Amino acid sequence: MAAKTLTIDGKQISAEEGETILFAATEAGIKIPTLCHLEGVYDIGACRLCLVEVKGTPKLLPACTVKVAEGMEVSTDTERLRKYRRMTLELLFAERNHICAVCVANGHCELQSLAYGCGLEHVHYDYLFPRWEVDNTHRLFGMDHNRCILCTRCVRSCWHIEGAGTKNVSGRGAKSKIITDLNQPWGDSESCTECGKCVMSCPTGALFRKGSTVAESVRDRSKLEFIVNAREKKQWNA
Amino acid sequence: MDETMILNDLLQVKDHELAAQKKIVLRCCLAAGCISSNSKGVKEQLDKAVADAGLQDEVEVRGVGCMKLCCDGPLVQADPQNKLFIKVTPENAPAIVSALKGGKTNLEMGDPNASFFTKQLSIVLANSGIVDPERIQSYIAADGYLALHEVLNEMAPKDVVEVMVKSGLRGRGGAGFPTGLKWGTVAKSSGAKKYVICNADEGDPGAFMDRSVLESDPHSILEGMAIAAYAVGADQGYIYVRAEYPLAISRLQLAIKQAKQMGLLGAGIFESPFNFNIDIRIGAGAFVCGEETALMMSVEGKRGTPRPRPPFPAESGLFGCPTLLNNVETFANVPAIYRQGAEWFAGIGTEKSKGTKVFALAGKIKNTGLIEVPMGTPLRTIVEEMGGGAPDGGKIKAVQTGGPSGGCIPSQHLDTPVDYESLGKLGSIMGSGGMIVMDETTKMVDVARFFMEFCMDESCGKCIPCRAGTVQMHNLLDKILKRKATARDLATLEELCDMVRNTSLCGLGQTAPNPTMSTLRFFRNEYEELLQPDTFNPPTHGAAARHESATK
Repeated sequence: MAAKTLTIDGKQISAEEGETILFAATEAGIKIPTLCHLEGVYDIGACRLCLVEVKGTPKLLPACTVKVAEGMEVSTDTERLRKYRRMTLELLFAERNHICAVCVANGHCELQSLAYGCGLEHVHYDYLFPRWEVDNTHRLFGMDHNRCILCTRCVRSCWHIEGAGTKNVSGRGAKSKIITDLNQPWGDSESCTECGKCVMSCPTGALFRKGSTVAESVRDRSKLEFIVNAREKKQWNA
Repeated sequence: MDETMILNDLLQVKDHELAAQKKIVLRCCLAAGCISSNSKGVKEQLDKAVADAGLQDEVEVRGVGCMKLCCDGPLVQADPQNKLFIKVTPENAPAIVSALKGGKTNLEMGDPNASFFTKQLSIVLANSGIVDPERIQSYIAADGYLALHEVLNEMAPKDVVEVMVKSGLRGRGGAGFPTGLKWGTVAKSSGAKKYVICNADEGDPGAFMDRSVLESDPHSILEGMAIAAYAVGADQGYIYVRAEYPLAISRLQLAIKQAKQMGLLGAGIFESPFNFNIDIRIGAGAFVCGEETALMMSVEGKRGTPRPRPPFPAESGLFGCPTLLNNVETFANVPAIYRQGAEWFAGIGTEKSKGTKVFALAGKIKNTGLIEVPMGTPLRTIVEEMGGGAPDGGKIKAVQTGGPSGGCIPSQHLDTPVDYESLGKLGSIMGSGGMIVMDETTKMVDVARFFMEFCMDESCGKCIPCRAGTVQMHNLLDKILKRKATARDLATLEELCDMVRNTSLCGLGQTAPNPTMSTLRFFRNEYEELLQPDTFNPPTHGAAARHESATK
């Protein structure tokens, strides 16, 4: 493999032929925002957050799929790109029901941290407030479509890391939906191996382990009462 | 018929077909448009009327493809009398047959010498309405497959590419990429297996050019694909056609079967080492599958969503192999270019846009139908002379080209020549050939909303700008139309147009803002008239109202 030298944000770097701009930038310590990218599965260039400007190319290019080339001059953080990234995030927040305060991923959400990162405090678009269901039929996991951003990380890890092929996409446009098998309840899935890779790959709180949701964080106060009763009244009533 | 065909066999078929030709030919349109107004019944009754009059030896009733003037269908044309019968019903059949023999008739007649016909130049549609699309012999009689023979026997693949480069043909799917350059790139790409794909997933609202070509002259597509396959070194072709075109599919299936039987497809065509097969793949109704990378995903049996380019299909396309993908009309041009030469083709049209372009003329216009004109023909000629202007003396307001990816050209620009560059300068595109005429009654914001709704519904949902952006843009246009929007909403709409155009993954999203942007460019006043003043109205209920009543 031949080495290529290129400039990213004015910084001269060398990369191996066949590497993506995203990989080369990350190696050089330059952070490009991503959402659909996930180490370990192939890239699809769908979220458009990693779009960069390449000198001599009129179109913006996704850093996750475009390979480095000799002499390439890449800009990853121009005013225009920052504006587009912000708008992309706003579109996502307006699209489904992202209520951080009651979300399992609050504080660990990639969408949330990207929004913090670009100082997003206000969404300019009308919230669509769609009605999406929650699939709680699985023994171990749940899927809340209200929080899904359709990055398809779960689909790709299910097919290409686990090899189960349980997750897929149905419908199109804003009606696209992550489905299990042939759009069956997750709990009825025969192909699901319960490996949990989809949950590991989800950037938001759309996929979660049961027991981790806000509604399930019920404090078990009866234990306290039990101990007090046992100590003071010598009653061992469970 | 023999398995392998040689030139003599082909010429024999041609001679036999020409010799069997009867003195009078009654051509009856059997394309989808006329069939929908019962042209099949017309054909049946014409056959019967000819038999009843005892004229079977003199008169042939030929089912043909599109005869172009769709608004007056079903059409029947008599040769050599050069009589065009319009709006024919099965009951008219005996009168038509008697008219052939000089009988008086009060049937509705069209004028074959009207500008609608005389201003046309037929290359792609040369056989349309002339040959019987269900008989390969009819195509061969019109010099069909002669170009393929010449290419296979007298030219090296690189010379074939060279001719295409010289012809100056550009992709007729809409973007206008030079066809010769594309062929050359695929030819140079290394790979043991290569594919040729014909994109017949025509989906623009109001466009029916490709359907007409497929229904009227399917063999020209097969021949064009075979020539292309030889040039680039492919041995397998696919025609990706939408399921909504059942007649086109059945005629293609029949054409492929007939070509295989005659040895014009298959192994060792014309005793050369060239093998080529064509299979049909039927689309399931997604507009986005007309986008080349989504189309290939669909052919592979996967969900039809686009993928980023590079790599381009010429390097890595179908099943990861180098793939040549051209539109129906592009392939339909190919046989004529090799029969009549690159110089002849390059002599037609403008400096940068060669040849002709087929348009489906629709909307608020008198003569709707199919037209083929040399590139560079002014829009005014098409709309006013050929199309006959707006019906009932109305005034033409704009012409929409390029469907949901195109724009509206206002009437003050009607003298614009139809070519890739001129239309691009006006913020529209050549597109695949839909041409929708709008008169004074058309509201441009409504037009913009219609196309935005189309793109919103047809977005595949893969990339965020197109999936979520089209929804927001549609809602904003809706808000404007309902007189609920302010100048701030209009600014948000324009900002989104710019963003979706520049950040979307594929052509669908990148061009989805075009109808909105072009109507904003030429008809901004229509938007502004609908805007509400941007003033703050204090709430009449809720906290502020409660506060007010409490302090009273």
